[in-house]
Amino acid sequence: MTTAAPDHAPKYAQVSLPDRIGKAMPLLLVPLLVVLGFLSIGSPSSWLTLTVSGLAMGMMIFIMASGLTLVFGLMDVINFGHGAFISVGAYVGISVLLGLESWTGVPSLLLNVAAVIAAVIAAMCVTGALGWGFERVIVRPVYGAHLKQILVTVGGLIVIEQMIHVIWGPDEIYLTRPEMLKGAVTFAGAAIEKYRLLAVVFGLALFVAMRLVLKRTKIGLIVRAGVQNGEMVEALGYRLRLVFIGVFIAGSALAGLGGVMWGLYQEVITAGMGEEMMILVFIVVIIGGLGSVEGAFIGALLVGLLQNYVAFLEPKLALISNIALMTAILMWRPQGMMPVVKAK
Amino acid sequence: MLTHILSGDRPRSLVLTGLLLAILLGLALAPFLFPGVRSLETAARICIFIVLVASYDLLLGYSGIVSFAHTMFFGLGAYGVALASTHMGRGYDALVVGTVLGAVASALLALLIGLFSLRVRAIFFAMITLAVASAVAVLVSQLSGLTGGEDGLNYSIPRELTPAFKLGSLFGVTINGKILNYYLVFFASLALFLVLLRIVNSPFGRVLQAIRENDFRAEAIGYRVVFYRTLATCLSAAVAALAGSLFAIWLRYVGPDTTLSFEIMLDILLMVVIGGMGTMYGAVIGATIFVLAQNYLQNLMGVASGATEGLPLLPQLLDPDRWLLWLGVLFILSVYFFPTGIVGRLRSED
Repeated sequence: MTTAAPDHAPKYAQVSLPDRIGKAMPLLLVPLLVVLGFLSIGSPSSWLTLTVSGLAMGMMIFIMASGLTLVFGLMDVINFGHGAFISVGAYVGISVLLGLESWTGVPSLLLNVAAVIAAVIAAMCVTGALGWGFERVIVRPVYGAHLKQILVTVGGLIVIEQMIHVIWGPDEIYLTRPEMLKGAVTFAGAAIEKYRLLAVVFGLALFVAMRLVLKRTKIGLIVRAGVQNGEMVEALGYRLRLVFIGVFIAGSALAGLGGVMWGLYQEVITAGMGEEMMILVFIVVIIGGLGSVEGAFIGALLVGLLQNYVAFLEPKLALISNIALMTAILMWRPQGMMPVVKAK
Repeated sequence: MLTHILSGDRPRSLVLTGLLLAILLGLALAPFLFPGVRSLETAARICIFIVLVASYDLLLGYSGIVSFAHTMFFGLGAYGVALASTHMGRGYDALVVGTVLGAVASALLALLIGLFSLRVRAIFFAMITLAVASAVAVLVSQLSGLTGGEDGLNYSIPRELTPAFKLGSLFGVTINGKILNYYLVFFASLALFLVLLRIVNSPFGRVLQAIRENDFRAEAIGYRVVFYRTLATCLSAAVAALAGSLFAIWLRYVGPDTTLSFEIMLDILLMVVIGGMGTMYGAVIGATIFVLAQNYLQNLMGVASGATEGLPLLPQLLDPDRWLLWLGVLFILSVYFFPTGIVGRLRSED
């Protein structure tokens, strides 16, 4: 005897417009901020300059933040020592650039680019290796214990930062960009530094590449699945630990890359720069939603743009603008804009 | 009686009892046992840091929350006294007003931060406090019109608390205002420490420990985890601000480096971990050892650095400026191998 299935008539109701806007809202925030900036600044040329430098800054912050958010999502590891990789990357990269003075000092695009690429590769190799060591020595013994993770990685940050002082000396290092990256181009009456344009293009390319790897390759699939439900991925037979080490190394190398770019942007490097950037990186990771690369991207652009606009409009407020942004976003979405990892 | 004063939380170890008594006596009789400006300075620092570290332990050790804004609250208390003394003129009323305002402001700020971050997950708190604290530190050094910027503020406190005030002599030691000031710091610190001991041994403190061990279960039993965590944050911030006020009264100077720097935050972390997380007595032991080491070991490092001159790398590693490097190494090692700290070790031996 079987009873008839209960009546049920599925309906395909369309998602209402407010719902759809709500879902896409994080994506709309960046254009919204740009328009708001335009309205409040008034002069198109300074607006363009500020927007480009804001985007450049945002891209660099994103490069530094992406590794951190993935590491957190994948293994629930919060790495307060991430900033140390930024500093080390900057010091290694800039040392290479200073060593290749004969390549950077001449106005030849080929030699300049070669020197920058050499610096970037050196920085990424060193910070990647350092990240590997950091994971083995510092992070591995404290899996699953947030409190100890925070304490121990802060200790690691201090030790690495102090070792920079020992190796490179206590003073900041000033540098000049390679010849071809100096100066600005004029576009629609606005002077835009060449380096900033390059940083925007490079950051965008990196974001697209990262998205492709994460969305289109098998390893990306494993990483994304691991972020959402690590136990299930392990049950399917993947060794998530190895994936995690890979992501940790890649994230450290990206932090090093970000450090080199930031050093070239500021034209001065200090051992404490990683710690300073770390604060922006944390803000970005929090407002983006822990574990989300897209969220971090949007968050980084918001932070970069807002900082530049506010610094132009009201210099004193620039210091707290990021905190205000973070507060506003957390009031709106307590988990950050696009959380991937469920709150624990 | 004694058990009552200690809120029933006895040291529970013979060695520990001896150490604590020695510290208490040493601090109580510091002006007579160790005469001299520098040792009195060290003793006052120890008193203030015991309170500061104990209030941090209420967060880290008892509630399992990591905060990087503790120096911010410390600084708020210190700047409260400094600003009140600058604007209201010299007097006890300025000290009281500054202290109260600093503590209230700290508690309110902690409430705000707590509401934003603890609502979601405790780990947000560590990151958000780091961001807020660094923003405040920059703000204080930028708003030089109000706070004196990097130079800080010098101000005068009532004459009875300064070295210029002479009272006669006792056991061959001239009693002056500085010694009165020291006893103000000492007794205030002692009282604050006993209050904290009372708090962690109250039912409220037990709930905090339950939340630290398993917040999900504590919530299931019916305790509002957010409420308890936020209240612990506010209490800890208020006590830190009071310690800051004492520091400002003692030093007659505040500046970003002495009250707000990240370095002091690290010192506090290290003192808690070395002494032992989750016991108030750990704060006493940690702060005493650490302040003594900081004052006297740095000289030793200078000597060692000089002695190894000519060798590669060693002089740079032993340079007194690299003090933080060794702190960092010590910090990592003690978190790994010494998670219960000195107090935990001593207690497990008995």
